[in-house]
Amino acid sequence: MPVTIIHEARTERLEILDKDGKADEALLPKLSSEEMTGLYKLMARMRRFDEKALALQRQGRMGTWGSIRGQEACQAGLAVNLLKEDWLAPSFREHGVMISRGIPMRQVYAIWRGDERGHHFPEGVNCLPVSIPVASQLLHAAGLGLGLKLRGENRAVAVGFAGDGASSEGDFHEALNFGGVFKSRTLFFIQNNQWAISVPFHKQTAAKTIAQRAHGYGIPGMQVDGNDVLAVYVAAKKALEHVRSGDGPYLLECLTYRMENHTTADDATRYRLADELAYWKERDPIDRMRAFLVSSKLWDDGKERALLEEVSAEVEAEVKAFEAQPPAPTTDIVDFMYKERPWYLEEQRAVLAKESR
Amino acid sequence: MVAKQTAAAEKTEKLTLAQAVNRGLAQEMERDPSVIVMGEDVGADGGVFRVTEGLLEKFGPNRVMDTPLAESAIVGAAVGLAVAGFRPVCEIQFTGFVYPALNQLFAHVARYRNRSRGKYPLPIVVRMPYGGGIHPPEHHSESYEALFAHTPGLKVVIPSTPADAKGLIASAIRDEDPVIFMEPKRIYRAFREEVSVEPYALPIGEAKIVCEGRDVTIVAYGAMIKVAMEAQEMLERQGVSAEVIDLRTINPLDINAVLRSAEKIGRVVVVHEAPRNVGVGAEIAALVQERAMLSLLAPVERVCGFDAVFPFPRLEEHYLPTKERVMEAVQKTLGF
Repeated sequence: MPVTIIHEARTERLEILDKDGKADEALLPKLSSEEMTGLYKLMARMRRFDEKALALQRQGRMGTWGSIRGQEACQAGLAVNLLKEDWLAPSFREHGVMISRGIPMRQVYAIWRGDERGHHFPEGVNCLPVSIPVASQLLHAAGLGLGLKLRGENRAVAVGFAGDGASSEGDFHEALNFGGVFKSRTLFFIQNNQWAISVPFHKQTAAKTIAQRAHGYGIPGMQVDGNDVLAVYVAAKKALEHVRSGDGPYLLECLTYRMENHTTADDATRYRLADELAYWKERDPIDRMRAFLVSSKLWDDGKERALLEEVSAEVEAEVKAFEAQPPAPTTDIVDFMYKERPWYLEEQRAVLAKESR
Repeated sequence: MVAKQTAAAEKTEKLTLAQAVNRGLAQEMERDPSVIVMGEDVGADGGVFRVTEGLLEKFGPNRVMDTPLAESAIVGAAVGLAVAGFRPVCEIQFTGFVYPALNQLFAHVARYRNRSRGKYPLPIVVRMPYGGGIHPPEHHSESYEALFAHTPGLKVVIPSTPADAKGLIASAIRDEDPVIFMEPKRIYRAFREEVSVEPYALPIGEAKIVCEGRDVTIVAYGAMIKVAMEAQEMLERQGVSAEVIDLRTINPLDINAVLRSAEKIGRVVVVHEAPRNVGVGAEIAALVQERAMLSLLAPVERVCGFDAVFPFPRLEEHYLPTKERVMEAVQKTLGF
């Protein structure tokens, strides 16, 4: 019996900007000046939002915060490709894409300050609440994508978010497999920031990339430079076009880097070398895009100052609004458990009501 | 609550418990196009216990979905499907195989309404055959209702008769909150009874007095109702009148039904095949002593499975509560 090749696989990686912001002209997306600067503004807004949360945390005005610093290109490059009817199934490091989708900053702050009301997103914003157990939300995205398909939607898709650590979980496998079998309308959007708290990517898997796993599920996938917003834009557009067409899920891996601690409860100096951080600081997604815009004569210091003023003012106003909100009634602890309170919660509610402020 | 008796004029059919669940599923799927069935072997095979038999032919592959063999995926995908507007009825083939799905059930299904402050309630039913007595390999005999009842946000329903099974599966599907629907597989086909052919729903959270009595209250559910009733008949011959209560819902417990009986009689025996330690019996005993202390004539007795791994079939009869053990517990309360 002959030996035959029954499957051959290759996995693509896309980069457009080099580390100094110089573009590969042949790969540049056809975007207007406004769209180009729009991507930059979106990232700057995310960073200011994130920096403010870290500052608030240091002052005791914020709970545990998982910073998105360094991952803004992933989230902005995706966000501008999304339609209003698309759904998000976020993990806990998706603040950037969330605030780009009509969720007020004050609500994301509220969640991490420890107030569930932050999760009651405005009507018309299709976003599931933040899921903390890693990879578990990918199954929600697979199910949502199947639901959209069964409803006969021909535009809307579900985007499931996860990181490199999550790719080791069983639910990662179950979700990609389930989505593949049912051709669900799901984009699996993986931000590989190379650290799962203290464990580096090479200890999560012997595979070189996460993207190559797509072959094992019979779905397409690719890797993109996650610190290059133009590359993410192009890759996300391509991935979403595939999913929107009804041909099933897509696995998009954005290779990026977590510039901050895992969360404010972590100290990355215990396990991470400074030179690695320096290497990635040189590849900062915002600096790279700014260099590209400046060299393209689309950006200057005046615009930069105006932008920073604008986003700072927005962030400050949102902080003010979120801090002005009094705590929820104590009875909220039991009031959202069931549509109708069972007798024991009715009794327990009376205890809470007495402690109401 | 005394069970609603089928009116004489009503058209009925004689069904097993498994068939009654099947009828309930089919009628709810007819009534509401958002109801979908998903799980392992639920399609062409009709489920390993044939509970979903005929549904694929009737409702097609978009509403009766054979899933990959992955329990977490079945329940996790149901979360997304429910948000997309469907009412998924998931089948987990055996309770002993639900563990991979517990993360989805405990971390998400039970919490979604609360986490989203009411924006995303999840009308999901997770059906699973539970309990011992069918001589299977390991992992096919577990009774873990206490795990689910202990998890805030879930409801737990366990029918013991075909008529109840049909009415309760309908209610579970119509419920706006997630319901764990545990089916006593030992009595899937143990007996038939007349069941109304019309669709109907029985309220979740209401126990049923199976048999009124004067000397002792036996509280049970699922396959243990049969054991309790065998004990009741033997006791009757000995001149002891036992009242048997079928809880039907484990969460929320119909504690008032138990308390009314306890106040009337003063002696309570709880029977379940799940392990005793931190089980449903413990909760009932605690609530009864807390709320009916002065009516009690004896401590609440528990007749349960052992706090041990469910044995392989050659010893399983010794694991499961028997009518003899129930009678012994009753005598203990009478002799206190």
